[in-house]
Amino acid sequence: MIDVNIYRYNPETDKFPYTQTYSIKKPEKDIMLLELLNILKEQDTSISYRRSCREGVCGSDGMNINGKNGLACITPISEVIKNNKIELRPLPGLPVIRDLVVDMTEFYAQYDKIKPFLQNDSVPPTEERLQTPGDRDKLDGLYECILCACCSTSCPSFWWNPDKFVGPAALLQAYRFIADSRDTKTSERLEALSDPFSVYRCHGIMNCVNVCPKDLNPNHAIGEIKSILLSNKKKQDIIISDGAN
Amino acid sequence: MEIYNSSNIKTFEFDALIIGGGGSGMRTSLELAKSGLKTAVVSKVFPTRSHTVSAQGGITCAIASDDPNDDWRWHMYDTVKGSDYIGDQDAIEYMCSEGPKAVFELEHMGLPFSRTESGRIYQRPFGGQSKDFGKGGQAARTCAAADRTGHALLHTLYQNNIKEGSNFLNEWFAVDLVLNQSKEVTGVIAFSIESGEVAYLKSQATVMATGGAGRIYSSTTNALINTGDGLGMSLRAGFPAQDMEMWQFHPTGIYGAGSLVTEGCRGEGGYLINADGERFMERYAPNAKDLAGRDVVARSMVLEILEGRGCGENKDHVFLKLDHLGADVLNAKLPGICELSRTFAGVDPIYNPIPVVPTCHYMMGGTPTNIHGQAYTQSNGADEIVSGLFSVGEAACVSVHGANRLGGNSLLDLVVFGRAAGLHIQESLKTGGGVSDASSDDINKALDGLNKLNASTEGYEVAEVKRELQSVMQNYFGVFRRGDFMEKGVAALQDIREKISNLHLKDKSLAFNTNRVEALELQNLFEVAEATAIASFERTESRGAHARDDYKERDDENWLCHSLYDPIQKALSKRDVNFEPAQVETFEPKVRTY
Repeated sequence: MIDVNIYRYNPETDKFPYTQTYSIKKPEKDIMLLELLNILKEQDTSISYRRSCREGVCGSDGMNINGKNGLACITPISEVIKNNKIELRPLPGLPVIRDLVVDMTEFYAQYDKIKPFLQNDSVPPTEERLQTPGDRDKLDGLYECILCACCSTSCPSFWWNPDKFVGPAALLQAYRFIADSRDTKTSERLEALSDPFSVYRCHGIMNCVNVCPKDLNPNHAIGEIKSILLSNKKKQDIIISDGAN
Repeated sequence: MEIYNSSNIKTFEFDALIIGGGGSGMRTSLELAKSGLKTAVVSKVFPTRSHTVSAQGGITCAIASDDPNDDWRWHMYDTVKGSDYIGDQDAIEYMCSEGPKAVFELEHMGLPFSRTESGRIYQRPFGGQSKDFGKGGQAARTCAAADRTGHALLHTLYQNNIKEGSNFLNEWFAVDLVLNQSKEVTGVIAFSIESGEVAYLKSQATVMATGGAGRIYSSTTNALINTGDGLGMSLRAGFPAQDMEMWQFHPTGIYGAGSLVTEGCRGEGGYLINADGERFMERYAPNAKDLAGRDVVARSMVLEILEGRGCGENKDHVFLKLDHLGADVLNAKLPGICELSRTFAGVDPIYNPIPVVPTCHYMMGGTPTNIHGQAYTQSNGADEIVSGLFSVGEAACVSVHGANRLGGNSLLDLVVFGRAAGLHIQESLKTGGGVSDASSDDINKALDGLNKLNASTEGYEVAEVKRELQSVMQNYFGVFRRGDFMEKGVAALQDIREKISNLHLKDKSLAFNTNRVEALELQNLFEVAEATAIASFERTESRGAHARDDYKERDDENWLCHSLYDPIQKALSKRDVNFEPAQVETFEPKVRTY
């Protein structure tokens, strides 16, 4: 038998959240955590969680598994059963709607804020805009983000300032457009991130990299943004000091 | 709990309502966002969780990147042949000729396509593709973003909807259509999944962009959310569905898990082998081999298994061999497949073959529409447009896929017809098109189903009935079909209908009650399953994906037509296929070989 401890909260009936323990026979073959949840949901139809693709590409079922964020559908239970127990909690730092379902409004608001769409001033050609394979390669490791929020909700800076710190997921996308040879708003994009909070609240503790279910590296992207911002600032300082002389 | 009626729920008014936030819905909404019309996308999941995200290999279109002489007419020929001649040639012509514009638009929106050395969009070979009307050998016509084209497309569309300020009702579930006394569609009853609030979403135009329903089968590549909600609603409202017997079984679903392995694997040079290590497709399709039509490959695989040449302990699957392509190609062109295979098959394709089996993948049938997305019904054997109702994407049957869809044509279908519906709705609403109001009684009628479910104090378990339904469909309506078996299947469904009408909703709470959503989804699945079963039983021939042991041949004399399922009579009638393209000569039916 294994004990699955699930964070429960229904706003209509519960004043406070609590943990409910479900004891279940350990499945004979290794299954994904989402499948285990589906089995539990047949016993208790009131357990609430999001799910869709069940193959790690839609980003619905991000949750906190034994203290670490991940996607239930691509986490084999063999990897997370510790002392015959699994602890499931909602993604940390966001308001809980019910059980394992969090309110992702703030997360999406940061995504919207970085203008996550290609901007190009020129009139598009009748065919595609050309891009060299080398330039296209620069988008690898960036565009694959599935917006599951595992990274941003594992980031203490995002917990503290979810309204002002853009967070690793949206910063990865900010850099995806900065790095795109077809985008002509690079300087505006950088300017929008140059305040003390948007990007500089990242202190490089790498929680985002540790949890990303798609093996992406927001920390690297954030580092790139910071270094462009700093080198631009240096250039500006030189121009200003030149002018003063 | 509270019984809902027209006076205790809110009404929200729109010019256009799009049900579904996948590729087709978001392409429609993008067109409408620019129009100034009051529009909303109603999606039961946050839009980027829609199933379009799982599309892998690409979007097929004659953009003449791989071959500068490529021609949309060749793509049209392939599509007509692939459909086994019951795709509508006016619609296929529209899709193939408008396609390049739609693909270039996606690129301009930022879709990160893979590139060729000259900087153009990368195209890979896919099944059923040819040059020069089948005479010039294999074509490479599928535009790709590695093997994550659906993800790239869906995110790009969502991003551009943000840019244009589209209005989203995310995590709202549409329950039933509201019809006025003239049988015009005036909107839907829906509820917020988050709060449970029920509302009448009133609209001059209601677009069903609700995708497929692969979850009628127990083994499917489809997401858990693919429950045919739009089709369920329209069937309950008495509107017909077309070609519902035509379900595509994708040759390569991961054995056991069902996850899709793109045809692009075979496009890049992978091939299928049986237990003897033989590349068996050489026997079944000497020319196209592993890149024959999907229906052909899927049937060949099943025959190999039935004849005892299946792989593994139970000899119940075959292998997809990729290791000869080398790590560099696999990592660059098929990184997502490597990831999925490691996760769900425990196999690294760089070293070992992937165990695969034909798996339910795509619904060629759906709501019959014209190229503007307007839904049809029939009255006295003649087509009649349903005022206020539109359908696009997999939910619709326009029909560009006929009896078998070619790989890469579904993403093209989404963007071409999503855009077309958006353009048409703008035009028609600006020139005074629209629908009359529904009465309180009409609204209350659309609330009946939800009220009944909410009032249930006993009845059948959702999960159990769903399993039962899926196993009936899997056992009796799979890759190969037979009249006597299907008759049993149809009878079994009659028993299940009683359970579907008497589901027990144990959890009556309002906030994020997924039990309620799953019960309503199951009711939609059932409507789709029943239409599938009756249409499959009635079509007494083999064509495209519909393969019958008791009627092995294609029967053009009697069945070169669409089937139209009437949900009220539970009967099948025939509807003409369009053989009148505007710019090219008709492609006449021929024997279909690869």
